[in-house]
Formats: sequence, C-alpha cells, structure tokens
Amino acid sequence: MTLFVWQDSPTEATLAESGRAYRELADVAQRRVVICAGTGCVAGGALAVYAEFVRAIEAAGIDVVTELKAETPPTSNSVHVSHSGCQGFCQMGPLATVLPDGILYTRVKPGDVAEIVETTLRTGETVERLLYLDKQTESRCRGVAEIPFYQAQQRFVLKECGIIDPDSLPEYLANDGYQAACRAYTSMSPEEVCREIERSGLRGRGGGGFPTGKKWDLTRIQLDGQKYVICNGDEGDPGAFMDRSVMEGNPHSVIEGILIASRAVGASEAYVYVRAEYPLAVKRVRKAVADAEAGGLLGDNLFGTGLSLRVTVMEGAGAFVCGEETALIASIEGKRGMPAPKPPYPAQSGLWGQPTVINNVETLASVPRVLRMGVDSFRAMGSRTSPGTKTFALTGHVVNTGLIEVAFGATLRDIVYGVGGGVTNDDGSGPAELKAVQIGGPSGGCLTVDHLDLPLDYDSLRGIGAMVGSGGLVVMNQNTCMVSMARFFMQFTQNESCGKCVLCREGTKQMLVLLDDIIAGKATPATLDLLDKLARTVQKGSLCGLGKSAPNPVILIARLFREEFLAHVVDKRCPAGRCKALVAPHVIADKCRGCGLCIKACPVGAVTGERREVHAIDENLCTRCGACAKACRLGAIEGV
Amino acid sequence: MLPESPVSEPGLPGRQFQKVCEILALHQHQSSRLIPILQAVQEEYRYLPEEVMTYVATSLRIPPAEVYGVATFYAHFALAPKGKHVLRLCDGTACHVKQSIPILEALRAKLKVSELKPTTQDLMFTVETVSCLGACGLAPVLLVNDQVYGQITPQRACTLVDEIVAEEQVQ
Repeated sequence: MTLFVWQDSPTEATLAESGRAYRELADVAQRRVVICAGTGCVAGGALAVYAEFVRAIEAAGIDVVTELKAETPPTSNSVHVSHSGCQGFCQMGPLATVLPDGILYTRVKPGDVAEIVETTLRTGETVERLLYLDKQTESRCRGVAEIPFYQAQQRFVLKECGIIDPDSLPEYLANDGYQAACRAYTSMSPEEVCREIERSGLRGRGGGGFPTGKKWDLTRIQLDGQKYVICNGDEGDPGAFMDRSVMEGNPHSVIEGILIASRAVGASEAYVYVRAEYPLAVKRVRKAVADAEAGGLLGDNLFGTGLSLRVTVMEGAGAFVCGEETALIASIEGKRGMPAPKPPYPAQSGLWGQPTVINNVETLASVPRVLRMGVDSFRAMGSRTSPGTKTFALTGHVVNTGLIEVAFGATLRDIVYGVGGGVTNDDGSGPAELKAVQIGGPSGGCLTVDHLDLPLDYDSLRGIGAMVGSGGLVVMNQNTCMVSMARFFMQFTQNESCGKCVLCREGTKQMLVLLDDIIAGKATPATLDLLDKLARTVQKGSLCGLGKSAPNPVILIARLFREEFLAHVVDKRCPAGRCKALVAPHVIADKCRGCGLCIKACPVGAVTGERREVHAIDENLCTRCGACAKACRLGAIEGV
Repeated sequence: MLPESPVSEPGLPGRQFQKVCEILALHQHQSSRLIPILQAVQEEYRYLPEEVMTYVATSLRIPPAEVYGVATFYAHFALAPKGKHVLRLCDGTACHVKQSIPILEALRAKLKVSELKPTTQDLMFTVETVSCLGACGLAPVLLVNDQVYGQITPQRACTLVDEIVAEEQVQ
C-alpha cells in the first residue's frame, strides 16, 4: 500500500499522483504477460498457465514480478506477470497477451509456456502456431487489432476489463480510478451529479432502459434519512454473462459507480447482490471492497467530506425472480424473494421501507467513465435515444462466441457476421443459415433474418416487441426447432415463477401443457388460439416483469414462425426434425437387417421391402400404431 | 428466549449444533441474515436438515415455517442430502441450443438417476441442471463439484464419471 501517496483522505490530485507513480513503476519492466483468468479461461486451465509462466520465466533467469511494489521496484530486465478478467474471446481460451508487443496467444497450454518465454520474451519473436488463425483469410493474427472479433467492437465498459489485474487497486488507480468519485463528493452537489448523468442520457443496462439520472433524482428528492444503493448483480438470464465479466474483470469500476450513485442520492449504505452461481465474481468484489476500505476510499469521512458509505456483498441463493427490484429487496431482507406491487417504487419505499436506488452492474460501471470522459463525448457514442455502448454475450451457433461490446445502433448483421464471424452448424462447421437470434433472455424475443439490418437500441427493439434485456444474444441455425425453443423459454419462466400471482403460476403451466401438446402432435388449430389468448391474459394478470414478459417469446415466435407452428399442429411435422414425436415414421438403414418381422406386424401394410434389404415405411399409409417398432428386435424403427 | 445448550440427537451429534451456534453468533442472531445463515449451514451439512432449520428458527425467534419458506423458495437450498459429487449440467439457452439435453440423458442413464430422484443410492453422485453458469462461450458446460468443464459431449461426461469412480476406488 506504499503506492498510495495520501495521508488521511485522498484528493483528486493524490489519486492521480498514485496512478502516475504506479504507471512509472510498471513502465520500467521490459514486458508484461497478462493471462486471462475469467471463468471461461480458468475452466480451460488458465491458472496452471499462469503458474507455469512464473516458473518458466524464473527458470530462464529473468526477474519475474507478480505484484508491482515501490519497495521492490522492477528492473528493465523484469517481466511483470499478472492475471486479468475476461478478455471476451472465451472460446479461444486460455488467452495470454504479451505487452507492449501486443501479441495475443490463444489456447495456451502449460506445455507452450517455455517456448513463449524463449521466443517472445527473449528475442521478441512470435510463436506463430499459437496466434489466432483467421479462417477466412487463412492468415495468423498477431494481436487484438488484427482479429475480426475485436475489430468490429467498441470497448467502453470493458476497456480495461481483460487488461488490468482485477485484484489490484493500484492498477485501477493507474487507469484514473476513483477520481470521478472524488470529484462527485468534493466538487459536485448531489443534484449536479444527478443532472450530469441525466444529461448524458445513460439508461439502465439491466433491460428496462430507464434513464439512470432520473432514477437517482427520484431517490434524491426523498426526505433525508437512511437511504440505500443496491447493485443488482443477480444476472439470471440464461445465456448472459456480461455482469459477471464486469464484476470479475474490473470490480473497482462497479464500486466507484456505487460511490457516485450514493453521493447522488445521499445513501450511506450499499449492497452488492451477486448471483450464487458466480463464486469468482463474489470473491473479486469482496476483495475490491476490502481493498477500497483499507485505502480509505470506502468507510467514514469519504474524501474528507464527513460522509460515509459501507458496502456489503451478498450472495444470492438461486432465484431468477430476484433480478426484479422488489423481489431483490425482499431477498436482502432475508425473506422469500417475491415481488411487491409498485407503487410505492423503491425510490420512495425500498429496502426496510427506506428510499432505495437499484442499478445494474453494467450501468454502475459506466457511471465513472461517463463523468471521466464528459457527457458530450459519451453522447457521441451510440444512437440518439440510446447513447453509449452495450455489452452482449454472443453465444450459440456462431463462429466466435464470447463477451462483446458494440455501440448502440449497431445492426444484428454487424454483430452476427462481423464480430461473430457467421453462423455455424451444430457441430461447429460452417457456414450455416441463420434462423433466429434470441435477445434479452427468456422474457425477451426473437429476431430473424428480416431484422438483420435493424439498428439495435432500446426503442427500435421495443418497437418490434423484443427488448435489449440484459444483453444475451443466442444465435440459432436452421436446424433449431422454434416451437421447442418457445417451450424451453416457457419451461424456464414456469420454473422460476414465484407463485404469487395466479395467472403467472397457473397460466404459465397451462401454456407449457399446450406447447407440449403441439410438440407431441396432439394439438389442433384451436390450441394455437387458446395459447395466444392465455399468453395475453398472463401478461395482463401478473404483477412483476417476470409474469408480464413470460409469454413474450411464445407470442413473438408464434408470430414470426407461424408456418413452423402450423406444420407442427396441422401437418404433424417438425420441419427441423427435432421433435421426436413428429419425426416421420422411418426405418434406420444402419440398423435394419431386412428380417421382415415388421412387415408381418403391420396391420395396414405400410411396411415394404425385400428380404435382407433395408425396409421402408409408407408415411401416408402408416397409422403410427407402433406394432412394427414393437416387433423389431434391432430398434431400427423410429417415429411411430 | 434463546434455545438451551445444543441438543444431542441420534445422527446429529451436539458437536454439529455447535457449528450452527457459531454461524448464528457470527450473524448476531439477526433474522434479516437468514439467507447467509442458511448458506453457511448448508456449506457445513451439504443440505438443510429439518432439525437444524427448526433450531435456526427458534434462535432467530421466527416461526419455523418462515425458515422453511425461505429454504424451499431458493433453488440453492437442498432439503435432502446430496451426493458426494454434484454434477451440475448447464441448461441455459446457449447450452440448450448446443444440445445439453443428450448429455443430461446420458448422465442420468449412466448413474440410474432421474429428475425426481437425482441422487444415486450410494450417495456418491447427484445430477442436476442449472439455468445458467455464465460460461456460455464454452457451451455446453458441466460443473463437476466446483470444476467447470466446457464444450462437453455425452461421451466426455460419462468418462468424467468413470474417472471419479476410479479415483474413489483408489481411496
């Protein structure tokens, strides 16, 4: 902690001075190796790669530094080895970046480390085989700047994520950290902070898109007394991991955002509610809070103003509905996480009945940056009504999966074909045809090829009945059955319904039964009408966002993929061939020995074939009685 | 009134209640800390035994029904013992479209467990699904205890089980 130059309370000048001191120290070392330690890369063995780097560099007789300290400064021969949060390109992990050369090595195994040390760290040459191979041009990409996945992105919230060491406070300070919070406390009034954020046009990144500054102002104007700030890190949408990556990759930016929000509304206590499935994020945020407290950036007499802020990190216990504001509040209070009617809004009566502001992780991480860069520069990014950038988790049938960030107004084509590198088949080969992109989690909606050129922002998506949501983008190829997908989302929201509202609890269950009927081939056209009617009733009769939006995917998919639904209902056929009950009756050629037992068993003479030759079933004659399948000893008959 | 000194029951020796007392003391017997308390208790027992829940309720001076209500609301709390090795298959959207269900079916068939009976008879394995592990870039994902395995196939999942069984036998 000797890098901190302040005595009692940090000021903007001393914070900047600390950052400068650290940067100077860091610049002495000849090189820096950054190993991605996001969840994805850790799963691929990144920690072993890190340990091997430390060992191999030492073994090569080069001074290795894992933590920069003023007492033991690095020399011009030293190599600084550190880990970072998610660099986004999870699929190619573990990732190792060598700076200042800017070389990105992909799929690094501990066995490759010695070669990197001997080649890159000694002579500055690159290890060609570990560079990313751009399949389109068949050329190796040396670094981030040459890789199409990164080229098409605009990294703002994720700028330092994947570079800085998330466990190091000095490193965050070296990137101008906590200066915006200091300014908010020392030279801005709460009202000015609210106005500034309102002017920036920053909107809630958790899905709703409510203007953040306005939300703060509604809490600020409440009578004095205990107020709370809650950071919502309960990212429950399946297929989304943006908040996790921000908490893991740059936890101090979230804490600085909490500080600024607390200044704006006048809160002295804050909670970070993190999903229990994210143990690494919990660990990193806890460490960041402890370090900030030790450095005098949290606690009492903040920046010498006499104000205080305590931050508590709470782990969720696995309930999707807790992403909803009022349910999240109930959960922090130790109760079942059930939503409450609004009004009163949390701004008036939230945690323990006190005024409370709840912001999403990405929103809070954006706040210090907005103040740092200035409102006008921020507004220059993105679209007119949705300034700034949005992180998305790009997954599914796409060449490049991972964490991405683009400016609002980017089109789906930019994302899927630019950043994502195109659509793949189930086995990862490509190219394949795009069928749909699921956006905004199980309560969002589907986009199709017709929407490829739609600029994505809060309002354009709302216009077509979808929403940005938290930012999960799941790409689906032509082999995906959309009816099954609608059922999948319904199953999810059904499981997660808290049970308070009858229509959400029972209605979603009945919708699931109807969808099951369609998939099992038992539906009639009346089923579709009933499904639609029920969906709209559930929307109207539910209290919170979960119930209100649970029918969205079904309504949207049924509209966009009407023909596919009708194929299931009228023709009893699954065009994608996924619904087992609707697979046309057929003989599996590999298994059939041509014994003739099925021919004898069939009561309508639908099976034909020569002895010892593969048999065939006439789809039009077959009544699906199942007699042939029962008679077959080899399990060679499907779809009856 | 706070409960008497730890009670000793068959199968639940007093020593274990001692641990519950420590957890309760750490959270200053505050009922608002019920969720972190139950999380800590579960860490200790691998599930929430009914006796312990009643004990917690009495200590926090809230009705046992309230503790039970919270314990059954959140997916992370288990009311029945789980296996020594917990296999959590991610069935989030990304894993689902990348065919996570055949992996689930393969694991269930191999370990002879089902949705209703997720734990093997010998209490060695539990097979569960989770809605998303947030490792979508590696879909489909399987979590074996706390270790994440990405881009998994039904064969690979079964091999992992075999490896655990082999390790257990060595021990």
